[in-house]
Amino acid sequence: MISQVFILSSQGDHLIYKDFRGEAGSDVVSVFYEKVTALTGDQPPVVMSHGDLHFVHVRQGGLYWVATTTSPGSSPFTIIEFLNRFSALVKDYCGSLSEKSVQMNFALIYELLDEVVDYGYIQTTSSDVLKNFIQTEAVSSKPFSLFDLSNVGFFGAETQQSKVAPSSAASRPIQSSREQGGRSEIFLDVIERMSVVIGSKGVVLKADVEGEVRVKCFMPSCSEMRIGLNEEFSIGKSQLRGYGAAVRVDECRFHQNVHLDEFHSNRVLRLCPSQGEQTVMQYQLSDDLPSAPPFRLFPTIERDSGGRLLMYLKLRCDLPSKRFVVISALSQELSSPDQSAELKLQNRAIDWKIPRFIGGTQLSALFKTSSPPPHPSPPPPPVGPVVLVFELPQLTVSGLQIRFLRLSPVQPAPSQRWIRYVTHSDSYILRL
Amino acid sequence: MPYLGSEDAVRELRRALSNPNVQSDQLRYRNTVLKAIRAMSQGVDVSDLFSEMVKACATVDIVQKKLVYVFLCSYATLNPELSLLVINTLRKDCQDPNPMVRSLALRNMTNLRLPSLVEYVEQPLAAGLRDRAACVRRVAVLGWAKLHNLQPDAEIDAAVVNELYGLLRDPDPVVMVNCLRALEEILKKEGGVAINKPITHHLLNRLKESDVWGQCEVLRILQRYHPQSEDELFDILSLLDASLVSPHPPVMAATLGLFLGLCSGLPAVSLAALERVRGPLLAACGSTSRETRFTALCHIQLLLRSLPGLMGAHYKRFFCGYAEPAYIKQRKMQVLVELVNDENVAMLLDELKGYCTDVNPETAQAAISAIGRIGRSYSDRCLEILTGLLGLKQEHITSAVVQTMCDLVWVCPQCSDTVCSALEGCEEMLQDSQGRQALLWLLAAYGERVSSAPYTLEGFIDRVRSEASLGVKMELLTTTMRLFLCRPSETQDMLGRLLHYCIEEEMDMCVRDQALLYYRLLHCGIEETHKVLHGQRSDPSLGVLIGRPAEPINQWAYSFNTLEPLRQAGVETEPASRGSPEHVTFDPKPNTDLSDTLNCSQIEKVNLAGSDGASGFTCSSAKVLAPLSLSLSPALSPEEFEHLWMQRHAEQGAEKLEEEEEDYVCLEERIQFPAIPPCSPQSLQAAMQLVNIQTLAFTPPHTLPWRVYLYTHTHHAHYGSTLVIGELLYIGEASRRVAAVKKGMEDGDVVEGEQEAGLSGRALVRKDGREEEVEVTLKQQPRDDNALKGFLSILTTVLHTLSSESS
Repeated sequence: MISQVFILSSQGDHLIYKDFRGEAGSDVVSVFYEKVTALTGDQPPVVMSHGDLHFVHVRQGGLYWVATTTSPGSSPFTIIEFLNRFSALVKDYCGSLSEKSVQMNFALIYELLDEVVDYGYIQTTSSDVLKNFIQTEAVSSKPFSLFDLSNVGFFGAETQQSKVAPSSAASRPIQSSREQGGRSEIFLDVIERMSVVIGSKGVVLKADVEGEVRVKCFMPSCSEMRIGLNEEFSIGKSQLRGYGAAVRVDECRFHQNVHLDEFHSNRVLRLCPSQGEQTVMQYQLSDDLPSAPPFRLFPTIERDSGGRLLMYLKLRCDLPSKRFVVISALSQELSSPDQSAELKLQNRAIDWKIPRFIGGTQLSALFKTSSPPPHPSPPPPPVGPVVLVFELPQLTVSGLQIRFLRLSPVQPAPSQRWIRYVTHSDSYILRL
Repeated sequence: MPYLGSEDAVRELRRALSNPNVQSDQLRYRNTVLKAIRAMSQGVDVSDLFSEMVKACATVDIVQKKLVYVFLCSYATLNPELSLLVINTLRKDCQDPNPMVRSLALRNMTNLRLPSLVEYVEQPLAAGLRDRAACVRRVAVLGWAKLHNLQPDAEIDAAVVNELYGLLRDPDPVVMVNCLRALEEILKKEGGVAINKPITHHLLNRLKESDVWGQCEVLRILQRYHPQSEDELFDILSLLDASLVSPHPPVMAATLGLFLGLCSGLPAVSLAALERVRGPLLAACGSTSRETRFTALCHIQLLLRSLPGLMGAHYKRFFCGYAEPAYIKQRKMQVLVELVNDENVAMLLDELKGYCTDVNPETAQAAISAIGRIGRSYSDRCLEILTGLLGLKQEHITSAVVQTMCDLVWVCPQCSDTVCSALEGCEEMLQDSQGRQALLWLLAAYGERVSSAPYTLEGFIDRVRSEASLGVKMELLTTTMRLFLCRPSETQDMLGRLLHYCIEEEMDMCVRDQALLYYRLLHCGIEETHKVLHGQRSDPSLGVLIGRPAEPINQWAYSFNTLEPLRQAGVETEPASRGSPEHVTFDPKPNTDLSDTLNCSQIEKVNLAGSDGASGFTCSSAKVLAPLSLSLSPALSPEEFEHLWMQRHAEQGAEKLEEEEEDYVCLEERIQFPAIPPCSPQSLQAAMQLVNIQTLAFTPPHTLPWRVYLYTHTHHAHYGSTLVIGELLYIGEASRRVAAVKKGMEDGDVVEGEQEAGLSGRALVRKDGREEEVEVTLKQQPRDDNALKGFLSILTTVLHTLSSESS
């Protein structure tokens, strides 16, 4: 049972405030902000109490999404899941999550809240139901951009670019598609997050992949959809299917609306997607990755007598060539102009940015750090691990592929279907 | 964020709202209303606009209507009279052909929270319950709950309650769940909605129709249901089995909560359910939402209390990610410590070692103390890492390491040698008061073994004037006193200086009083001082990490899936701080010091009060043995114990052949103890500790043969002190043997011939067949028959007290 819901910006500005039960005044918003900013780094902020009132909050899009409740017996899983779901709904309806979009669409968000929660009880969060009730139009914060025009070729000819959806295509409000008519699109994303620990001798100590298949549907009404996975997809250790390299996951969970009657025979998922974003399938794979981890590091570290530290790092990308990798941050230099490196004293880290890394190549960097000797004999500072933050487009580590995405029966309006794969680094640590 | 000049803004808005030109243009009107709401949600007081807003309510534009209602619901309580004007519009809307408008009107009518409006609201609400649109019924059902809470003292309308019960059969699942919620609130005084068998089965059968939120609600309410038979219980459980592994954490948690409630009498089923949720919980731990991760971690900690082995194989899932916030890392480390076992200890320590140099000092400290916790079971490996960390010469790391060592030594006295050698040279790196207090405590306890201890202390005493921390000063006093006792010649001078400073110049009363106390104590003579200051150096009873007994599920089941586990920030699941060395030594371990000199007669009195069954036995022994007292110090480590025990066994065989100088006695005895297997190790350990007997190891309950190893020191007024080590053995009824008392003895004072006569032999107590017997083997060094007899009687009393309690 939720007493109040409010949204705060990271500076503490009140964006949205709704009281469902009249159990506490609106001054608790400032109380919450004081409390949350007074916490030190290691104190868990998720649940905080003020008298009889308990604050539960999540952070999404740089905002605080807070629910208060007076009963300590409330389920934390439910409240947190609700706040996450609510922020996802706001994202669906407003296109993106930011302080600005929330501010511009506050009327829409009040309307949403009104339908989603009544008297502190969650009524529904399904976008299928909600679309009948929500009347307010989303205000898009994106200004008109020339980029949109670039998709149109001369004399209406199809250009290469018009076949590829821009990466921002999926971040728009779902409602507006109703008015725009023709653009009934469906996005199917396979997103994997890797968490890898590689020991100092190059031994893989841990390799986990958490993946999900996400559907974002902009069609006002979508009948059945069929998603075909690799036929040799198998779950668990014992089960092996087909010939050759099987795609194996340890555990797999499906959205409750997914029909699995064809899954066991043909690896086909059937579902009727509702408008907005939903996770169709989540899977998880640990330790036994089908391929070697994508990056390897060959470090050489020397210390000279003057307390200087020389680090020679060689980073190799073991992906099939022609694949680009965007590495946004790496705690490390630079032979080419588009890379950059920076020493961040506050974090005691070197940040090496590599905008693009082609598979099958290697990059190397030499760092020298020197410090004014504070002690007569400075102890050698330990060099921490190298952390890679990257995004691998068009690739799944587990090998999961979508064979087909079929909408049946065929929609009256031409629909566009996009399938995207991406692998993120959740935590890719290479020990030195 | 109140704007400057918000009054102007409000005035401007009011002018716009009452402008007929604006009112006639729907879009402009709506935008003006929008501005007002925006101001409201930014914290500006716009209550003055109430009357204009009431007018704006009468419109065909649904968006504007919704906006105005948001406004009206916020400010209605401030303007009850004006709110009456809205009711007409709302009641008209309730007749609207559009179900959306009807539900909107009904919802806001009940949201105004004005008791004066109740009479106008009841009729539309009653109609709403019978509306053909589900969305109206949903609102109407909850509306009754709102109405009831507005007038909590009003009589409950039985007709409405009946109708709500009837609506539990509504085809719309949300209406059904809302009925449950409304009835819960309306019938709160009677204990909530009646959960009987038909309702339960109806709800369970329709569970799948509801969405996640509805399922959680139903599962929560069903916790009150008590199945009538075991068959019914298992039917329910098998129905719920699929929800237990639901991909939605809220459903999974609610189902497990219900399972634990229903199976409180069936621990085996509950444990199986815990095994079953392992997968979904682990998945929640890897969720993209860090809050969900945190919640799952907190609940995993709960589960581990009852099933320590639950996540053992999945320890890698709890390795910290690079970008995770510190509070998640800390929880993960707490979980990792629980998961340690022989196979994974190397990997785990390697990983934790990596966190020790984390940029965030809190994380680093948490990692170091986690290593210290593992050190209780794997002391060698952990001490190696800890001493290695000292080599880094980082302030916060050194401080954390010294504190951790301090805790570790308290539990594992066998580590003291390594710790003592590692302490040299640490004091330069210690800047914070906790670290210095820990160092001082270690110097106090092991001062005689750290060669540089007086020099370190001298440094502290020289700087005492600039010392800011009260705790450090107090600790410094105690340490200097204790070091003076073992190394008087080196410390005498500095102790004098310190006492002089503290008494003459120190401004803080606590420090001054403490110094005066010590000063007077020294006047009483060195013997007295020794008695007061010689505290306990370790407490092995806090025990090892692995093989720790599992708690019953009932101990935490009530707090499962509530905010409780998330709120107790940083409280470790294990009561580790029970007797660990306090870093703030204001009270120098009052409980342990007291019980150290606790006299045997006192103990007997306590036990007499507790058990009537064994009183006959005890009374007599209490009279005889009054001057005997037991104590735990000096502590005996498990290794030393084992060594002594094995030595005795070896000698027993050889004793006939050789003359030995060592004096010891070996005694085997049987005592009745009807409740051996049911008695839990914790209660046994606690009871033994009460009388200063230390239990070192035991087999888990319900295994045969059941053994307990224990030791204590007896102090006798005339004969000095002896060490007693013993074993309790229960081999079960089948293999019961005749009791025998064996005694081997070599003693300087006693003639060898006494060997057979000495302890009046076979003191077999065997009354009836129902009671079980425990074989007690005791070894004593040096020999003291009276003390041994006294000890045996204390032991018997304790066991009897225990058995009478547990039966």
